[in-house]
Formats: sequence, C-alpha cells, structure tokens
Amino acid sequence: MIPARFALPLLILGALFLILAPVNLTDLGIPYPGLRRYGTYIMTLWLVTAIAAMGVNLIVGYAGQETLAQAAFLGIGAYTTAIMTKAGLPFGLAFVISGLAAFVIGIVLGFPALRVQKHYLAFVTLAFSVLAWLVFRNEQWLTGGVMGLTDINRPSLVGLSLRHHHNFYWFVLAIAAVLTFILWWIVRSPWGRAFTALRENPIRAESLGIDVRLYTLLAFAIGSAYGGLAGSLYAPLVEFIDPSPFALGPSLLFMLMVVVGGAGRFGGPFVGAAVAVLLPEWLRFAEGFYLLIYAVLVMVMMAFCPTGIVGLVERLLTAVRRPHADEKVPVLGEAKP
Amino acid sequence: MTAVLEVRDVAKSFGGVHAVQGVSFDVEEGEILGIIGPNGSGKSTLFNCILGQLTPTRGAVRLDGRAVTGLRPSELNRLGISRTFQLLQVFPQLTVRENLILAGQEHKGSRLGRLFGARDAGLGAAADRMIDFFRLGHLAGEKAGGLSYGQQKLLDAAMAFMAGPRLVLLDEPAGGVNLTMLASLKERLQAINRETRATFVVIEHNMEFVMSLCSRIIVLAEGQIIAEGTPEAVRRDAKVIEAYLGH
Repeated sequence: MIPARFALPLLILGALFLILAPVNLTDLGIPYPGLRRYGTYIMTLWLVTAIAAMGVNLIVGYAGQETLAQAAFLGIGAYTTAIMTKAGLPFGLAFVISGLAAFVIGIVLGFPALRVQKHYLAFVTLAFSVLAWLVFRNEQWLTGGVMGLTDINRPSLVGLSLRHHHNFYWFVLAIAAVLTFILWWIVRSPWGRAFTALRENPIRAESLGIDVRLYTLLAFAIGSAYGGLAGSLYAPLVEFIDPSPFALGPSLLFMLMVVVGGAGRFGGPFVGAAVAVLLPEWLRFAEGFYLLIYAVLVMVMMAFCPTGIVGLVERLLTAVRRPHADEKVPVLGEAKP
Repeated sequence: MTAVLEVRDVAKSFGGVHAVQGVSFDVEEGEILGIIGPNGSGKSTLFNCILGQLTPTRGAVRLDGRAVTGLRPSELNRLGISRTFQLLQVFPQLTVRENLILAGQEHKGSRLGRLFGARDAGLGAAADRMIDFFRLGHLAGEKAGGLSYGQQKLLDAAMAFMAGPRLVLLDEPAGGVNLTMLASLKERLQAINRETRATFVVIEHNMEFVMSLCSRIIVLAEGQIIAEGTPEAVRRDAKVIEAYLGH
C-alpha cells in the first residue's frame, strides 16, 4: 500500500495531470504543447479500457472468480448505446440502460460460477463470449453484422457539444472518476470484505453467514456492468462499431491487463490498461516486433512479479522504507538466514 | 431446561457407505456437549449434517424447536449456529481485526445498509473486545496468514463468537495446539460459556481436553451412539473401551 500521507497529494497531482493532458501550456511558460487529436483519443481509449478492466478486477482480483467475457459486455454496452442514440434517444438514458443490461446479463453469467470454479468457470464464460460475438456478427438487422454501425454521434451535455475530442476526453475522465470512486467505496465497504472472503475461503465465508451465492452473483453483475458502461462510452468515442473489438481475443486481453497491473489491487486496472493501450503506441518504432516485445515483457513480469506492476511498486516502496526488511523478517515457511 | 438443538434419527449414506446411522440427541441450553469416537466413526459427517454442509439422507434437526434441516450454512449461521473447522479456516490476507469484523458483519443491519454504512459495519469496538478477550491485542493489525498456528486457532475460535451465537459447534479445537495455548483456549471457552450461556458441541480427539471441558459426552462408533453420559461414566464404559482399543 502507498502510505496514507502520500495518497492525497498523489491523487490531486494525478488528477491535475489528467485534466491538463490535452491543454497547450506554452502560453503559461510551460513547454508543453498539449496532446493533439490522436493523443487525446488514445488517452480516452485508455480511460474506457480501464473502466472495463476495473470490472474484471472486481470479479477476478477481489472475488476470486474468472471471466473471459468482458469484451462481450463492452459490446453489449456499445451496441445498446449505438442503437438507442441512433434511434434518437438521449445518451444519458442509453448509458444507464447499457449498464443495467450488462448488470442483468452479468447475473446470468454468474450462475455457472455457483457450480464450477477456476478454469472450468473460465471456459463457461469463454463460451458466453463466443455466443455474444456470434450475435453481434450474425444479427444484421440489429447490429449491422460485419459492416457494423456507423455515424454514432457524440452526445452533448446540458447544451455543450462533446464532439470536440478535448470535451469528450474530459467527459469520459469525469465519468471514469465517478465510477472509480464508486468501486473504491464498494471494495472498502463490508461488501468488499465479503468479496475477499469469497476469494480466500468460500466455505468458511458461508459458515459466517455470508451468502456466498448472492455475493458471487453481485460480483459478476457489478463487474459486468462496468464492462457495459465502458462500452457505452466506447461507441461514441470511435463513432463506428463492428464485432471485432468484442471478440474472445480482447476478452483475454482484459484478463491480462488485470494480471499485469496487479489483480486485487485497486490501481491495477489503470496500470494494466496503460500497458495494453499505451505501450503498443510507444513500441511503434519496433513495427512488426511489437507483439513479440510485448509478449516477452509479460512473460518476464509474470515469472518475476506475479503480483503485477502495482505489487512490484508496493514491494519496492516497502524495501525503500525498510532497507533490511528482507533480512529481519523471514517469510513464513522459509528457512531463516 | 430447554433443548437448543434437537437431532432426531439423522442418517447419512454415501453410496453404500452408511457414515451416520440414525443418531438422536438433545443439547440443553448452556451445556458443553462432547462428541468423541474413533476415526471414521461419523463425527464430522454428523456435524456437517447439522450445519447444512451436507443434506442428511433421513432425519431432522431442530434449533430452538424450529426445523432447520436442509437450510444452507449461511442461513443457519444467521439463525445463531456458529462453527469452527477441523483444519484452520481464517482469511490469511485480512488482518486479525478484519477477520473478526467479517465474522460478525452479516448479522448487522441490512445488506444495502452495509454498503452505504461504516467500513467496520459498527463492529470495530466489538472486534476489539473479542481481541482483548482472546488476548490477541498485540496482533490486531497483523495479517492472519502471518500468525502462528496456535494464534490462528484462537482467532478461528474468536470468529465463531463474534455474532453472539446461541450454539457453537467446535470441530477439533485442540488439534495441533501446544499445551500452553490449549489451556488458554479451554479457559476462554469456559469463560464464554459462563458469561453468555452459549451452548457448545465439541468434537475432539484430545481426551484430556474434552473430559475436562464437557459436562456430558456422546460416543460414536460406526455411525451410531454407543455410549452417553458424564465423562467419568463414559471413561469406564466397556463398549467405549472396546471401540477405542479394539478387541
């Protein structure tokens, strides 16, 4: 954990950095030209991805379940929003319905988790993911099939158009902040403790009066709703959707983001999403080798730091604060030096 | 005296194996009842049938006169039945204090209330009292996974009492605990029994521990009750000696 006295200043600094990221500061004497159109788009995509990854982190990292279907929920949200807004309905309504639809379908997806665990559960969610993708691809009358849906308009907010990429970025940033706060509240409430109990020892949890079935379904419902809400922002961001970003591959990528960032660590999804969205941009110079570099990076990290990047940072912080901690406190079960 | 727990003709079979074969007994309020028996005599299966972990093949379980057979463990817990497990069952990534709050939180207020209410579900003070009672004060902020085996056993027992249960079923509480810690555990259990009139049922292999803790003992062998009575009477019973020592 980051020490409490650093948490608030870090949070304010981070928020300031994110708010000012697209702004040209050269007039103020700071040599920073601000992000241009593509840079802002990538930052917005990072935020949207992080929202969906937060949902996976709740299901996988906190509640100890498995899901390989988050991209399908992203798709459910994206198609719901695209279809509704194209029919002339307000974005706000489409956003709420997208979240609700994913919440309800998430409950349904949670039911197999009451019977099967671990990789068996992963396979069930994988089947759902494929099923959803087939619906997106084949139900042309609704989803436009492989041609997708075009001309999805960005909404306006109390008369202010969000068409401009800066405005839309700030809009997504504000929503991401609210959703982050809500999830933070949930995981630090007694519900979060119950989710952790579910992950660590469901039989003991049940014997302490914790309704394991209900909390499992809740974890799936809330986590999937985050996927739906992210999808609802994704559609107006890219202004065109087709089935490919909602296939199985991207679902696996969401799982990877959570693991690389640090499963069960609150900041994990933001870091994991940054690795997945921003790193390919930075590795562009490597052209065809970028996937190779990415894969090697992930493998090396998993081998040496299975707790993810956030876990690694926590370990380094602890080491800096207590330089000889490793020597003084042997890990339980290990031989003393 | 009123019976807190009534077990009537409970039987459980796994295929052709009849693990428990028609066991009946009552547990009175405030009593500490011991269940002993050789390995494989059906003690744990009987516990699991009472606690909703297994559904009995036949028979009935009543809590305060109310039929509770077939209810889920979490429902039984909310009705006032608490338990410890044979093997250690604490939450290693949570602190000692959080383990205790978790053990009581589902008994406080509504589920939505818990989402919007205080982080400790209003149980912080109760958890601290329980920590003091089990003399775990210096470990309150430590992760449970880092505690010694005996300390985890104490925490496990403390968690069973967080919700102020009517009835506590302890499955081998003394297993693997050293003598000093054992004396402390027994003394704490007796203190809770005196103070709260909570009723205990204890499965135990440690004869010394069970004979000194319990006021009445039931002996199981091959899924049936072969003897019942005070520790002294059971100790002298010929059938019990035969079951334990063989022919």
